Amino acid sequence: MKKDKKQSLKLNRRELLVGSASLGAMAAASNSVFAKQVSSKNLPPNVPEWTGELGDGVDVNPYGMPSQFEENVIRRNVEWLTASSQSSVNFTPIQDLEGIVTPNGLCFERHHGGVSIINPKDYRLMINGLVDREMIFTLEDLKRFPQTNKFYFLECAANGGMEWKGSQLNGCQYTFGMVHNVQYTGVKLSDLIQETGLKPKAKWVLAEGSDSSGMTRSIPIEKLLDDCMIAWAMNGEALRSEQGYPARLVVPGWEGNMWVKWLRRLEFGDMPYMTREETSKYTDLLPEGNARMFTWVMDAKSVVTSPSPEKPILNKGVHQLRGLAWSGRGKISRVDVSLDGGKNWKTAKLHDPVLSKSVARFTFPFEWNGEELLIQSRAIDETNYVQPTIQELQKIRGVNSIYHNNSIATWLVNSDGKVDNVRLG
Amino acid sequence: MFDLVKHSILFSFFIFLSSFVNADDRKFNLGKIATKTEIAGWNIDVRPDGMGAPKGSGDAIKGEEVYAEQCAACHGDFGEGVDRWPELVGGEGSLDTHDPVKTTGSYWPYASTMYDYIYRAMPFGVAQSLTHDETYQIVAYLLYMNEIIEEDFVLSEKNIGKIKMPNQKGFLLPDPRPDIANTDGKPCMENCKVPTKIIGKARDIDVTPEEEKS
Repeated sequence: MKKDKKQSLKLNRRELLVGSASLGAMAAASNSVFAKQVSSKNLPPNVPEWTGELGDGVDVNPYGMPSQFEENVIRRNVEWLTASSQSSVNFTPIQDLEGIVTPNGLCFERHHGGVSIINPKDYRLMINGLVDREMIFTLEDLKRFPQTNKFYFLECAANGGMEWKGSQLNGCQYTFGMVHNVQYTGVKLSDLIQETGLKPKAKWVLAEGSDSSGMTRSIPIEKLLDDCMIAWAMNGEALRSEQGYPARLVVPGWEGNMWVKWLRRLEFGDMPYMTREETSKYTDLLPEGNARMFTWVMDAKSVVTSPSPEKPILNKGVHQLRGLAWSGRGKISRVDVSLDGGKNWKTAKLHDPVLSKSVARFTFPFEWNGEELLIQSRAIDETNYVQPTIQELQKIRGVNSIYHNNSIATWLVNSDGKVDNVRLG
Repeated sequence: MFDLVKHSILFSFFIFLSSFVNADDRKFNLGKIATKTEIAGWNIDVRPDGMGAPKGSGDAIKGEEVYAEQCAACHGDFGEGVDRWPELVGGEGSLDTHDPVKTTGSYWPYASTMYDYIYRAMPFGVAQSLTHDETYQIVAYLLYMNEIIEEDFVLSEKNIGKIKMPNQKGFLLPDPRPDIANTDGKPCMENCKVPTKIIGKARDIDVTPEEEKS
């Protein structure tokens, strides 16, 4: 009886705390303070405070969220980069993630006219141009085609774009975070196109979004029919709105800008459409003043996610270096790690699964005793392409090309364990 | 009246017949045939050769007014750009310098792209609200400001595919990558000759967003 009363008092206190939004926020804030310090009363031999009370019931969180102690694992943006947040980008917190799957809510966002909110009942995909039958499909139609499920990375061509001239942003998230890796569910274009037929003259397709930017890109038909798909799900659930709900294009291994979100139309034609995105943007300016066009493939790249500027080394002794590697040309075959700025290299462990055009996870055990380290990683893919140094890229492309910087980054571990993004030269 | 009914019955029969014939070589028999009206509403792209350019026209004189009203708040009265919004005019001769300025005049290879983009995406936040004439007028104004056409040149669906842009030949195809030395997947592993002197730190540049202190 006495026990029951005590319990109901505790429940009341809990209800009080979550009863008001501001109190709830206060509770979260105080928890975040707690998260940073150990409370000895919860440590052995004491009984932890959460053991002496009931937790939330199954009806409290119909859609679960991460633990409140993980509140710092969020997408972040760089405000000064763009004129408006609707035509801007944020970054995946890759330094806090494990394995190869990016949780849906942490996948970086790049919009050109904000996030469109589309009722799936109002969704239509139009296919027109050089096809035998110009057609319109509903989302339900798309889901009745043969289905495919694939892991792919999506990387913005401008990932690392701020680092061409030197080390600018002191963070793994800000320099490598325009990438995510999820499992897509959708229909292959090679299946969908059987319904419309294709005229022999069809060589290019224009993919068009229905968002406020009307995003458009031209894609050669060989690529479209090779491995492109229209996805409606990611990591097992419907696409997030910010990733193109209810349907987006998936263009494996190629720059993220081509993966048109909120896809509304595919037009087949006999030449590229030369849209704004593939002429004035996503072209790579060279020192001579001319620019490479249609540089679609994302070359092999890797990054050490820990240690990194956000992940300092806190203790001397053994540590597991962690990182991600990926290539738009296929599978990662090997990742090497250097602790001395690229003079000497050791091969890291690649973890299963290693999939084509997906990120791969690597780890490398090392011991740290307070000495300075210059940490680098170097990816090699199944075509034997080796991730280059920034000097190799600069020699050919200069420093103004913005896009396709897949060079090796250097993290300086200082003697106090703090980590800096540095440029060697 | 009778004729109308008769016609519509005939028409329905024709539609039925054509969809039946089409369904014959369709593998899954999913989706529906798009009508010309449906396609016309969404098929708004304009290609470099002028394909897709809608009927309409405009010159820079009228364009100046429309531009002032619809574009200048972000792009500036003369296309110079306000705050971080894009510059649209000038920048010629800058592409091979340390500070390239990529505008419609200095960088964009096709006038069709200007029409296509302005009509589909501008004004920012009020997409696809301009008339075709207004769009031709704005494009004409920008071409005039970039000294590509004369003030009284009437831009229309008939000539937008023929405008020669200054940087049309400034783009290289095909993609030459991989463009780095091929080591056949066997890069140096030991005592490699690489620069290891620290020549820059992001911390010193100090442009990284700071975490709120908690």
